[in-house]
Amino acid sequence: MEKNLLAIGRMLLPLLVIGGLSGCGNIEPWVKPYERDRLADPIMALDGDPVSSSYIQHVYEAREGARGGEGAAGGGCGCN
Amino acid sequence: MIFRRGLLFIAMLTSFSAAHAGVLPEDRADALYHRYDGGGVTIDGPSILVRKQVGKSLSFVGNYYVDHVSSASIDVITTASPYTEERTQWSLGMDYLRGDTTMRIGYTNSDESDYDADTYSFSVSQDMFGGMTTLTLSYALGDDVVGKSDDATFERDLDKQTYGVGLTQILTKNLITTLNFETATDEGYMNNPYRSVRYFDSGSALGYSYEGELYPNTRTSNALGLRARYFLPYRAAIEGEYRYFTDTWDIDSHTASLTYVHPWRDFTFTGKIRYHDQTGAHFYSDLFPRAQATNFRGRDKELSPLTSYTFKLQAAYTFLNESQGWGFIKKGSVTASVDLLHVDYDNFSDLTALAPVGEEPNYELDADIYQIFFSFWY
Repeated sequence: MEKNLLAIGRMLLPLLVIGGLSGCGNIEPWVKPYERDRLADPIMALDGDPVSSSYIQHVYEAREGARGGEGAAGGGCGCN
Repeated sequence: MIFRRGLLFIAMLTSFSAAHAGVLPEDRADALYHRYDGGGVTIDGPSILVRKQVGKSLSFVGNYYVDHVSSASIDVITTASPYTEERTQWSLGMDYLRGDTTMRIGYTNSDESDYDADTYSFSVSQDMFGGMTTLTLSYALGDDVVGKSDDATFERDLDKQTYGVGLTQILTKNLITTLNFETATDEGYMNNPYRSVRYFDSGSALGYSYEGELYPNTRTSNALGLRARYFLPYRAAIEGEYRYFTDTWDIDSHTASLTYVHPWRDFTFTGKIRYHDQTGAHFYSDLFPRAQATNFRGRDKELSPLTSYTFKLQAAYTFLNESQGWGFIKKGSVTASVDLLHVDYDNFSDLTALAPVGEEPNYELDADIYQIFFSFWY
């Protein structure tokens, strides 16, 4: 029971922190929305093909000892 | 046992993949066939990903993924018999958009004959400063049960937790960057119940014998990744990525990659080079001096010091664009790619060389990784 409460508390923590930060919205953006056409181009997508990036991360996590930290990440398989 | 580590990070797929919190991901479906072929191992299968928005603030995503494994790897042929195995994985997720905040929940189940894993994930993203900055916080909880195919009574637990912080920042009209930090803690049974370590044994004809692995029961790792993607003046993109990883097993690694994307008419070509270098776990040894020489012991080549290189080529063809359309389908493309992976192991002997004990050459791995997938936007 205590373990479950701890897990729920950990899951809610991001919500509380984000709620606190959401008030910081007064900084003027130096790249205006109408200047973001290049960033909106599909070739600039950070994860344009999630089904593929997820798979290739899965391969690397199976073949190497490191994990995580790569944003759009994948699964895992320690295939012998 | 084909599933060993990292399921939590597929849960993070639903946590980090959207760079902008204030917009729900596009409705799309992907059908992928993947094939890994190298080192005596063939793994292939499908992956189907479907995402659909419902109303203005909800988006659902589902993924079905299969690994068919046929393995006669260096580990298997030196200590066991070739085998075939199948792993099936289901993932479901939901995004909820409210103002500039997106909340995501996800569930993933991975099932195979001797390993069952459930992962629950939650994340929240907030757009700030006129949409130039997106902050994402995430948490994932993994509940794995490890079995053993030749022992129905064998059952061990492995609990995993991952905490992540991600920051996506527009820096200029042409440059977007992301910074991700993840801490993962594992507690429970982490060795492979089938894998053995070898030790000097003068009484053996080979000069060595085998005993079972014994790993620590805990592992904590930290990973910090930085990516930057730049729009070149002639409509092409270049991306650089770096990751530093360290853990309590003494594995430190540096990973770097460079990607170039070049569209031409209805095609998009991508080239990528990737480099990874790591130290080995403190309890890893290619050859222990005697039986039960250390408290913990392992001979998993993925935990050994190694350097890997990948060269990727990918081509995508858009056969249906938004001016054509097929009914409710707005756009369609087909993509094919090959990744050529080479791994140099610094301290993992190739026992098939049959050299005198302690003088075997280091093992090298070459693998070809193929993907072909159709994508539809609707």
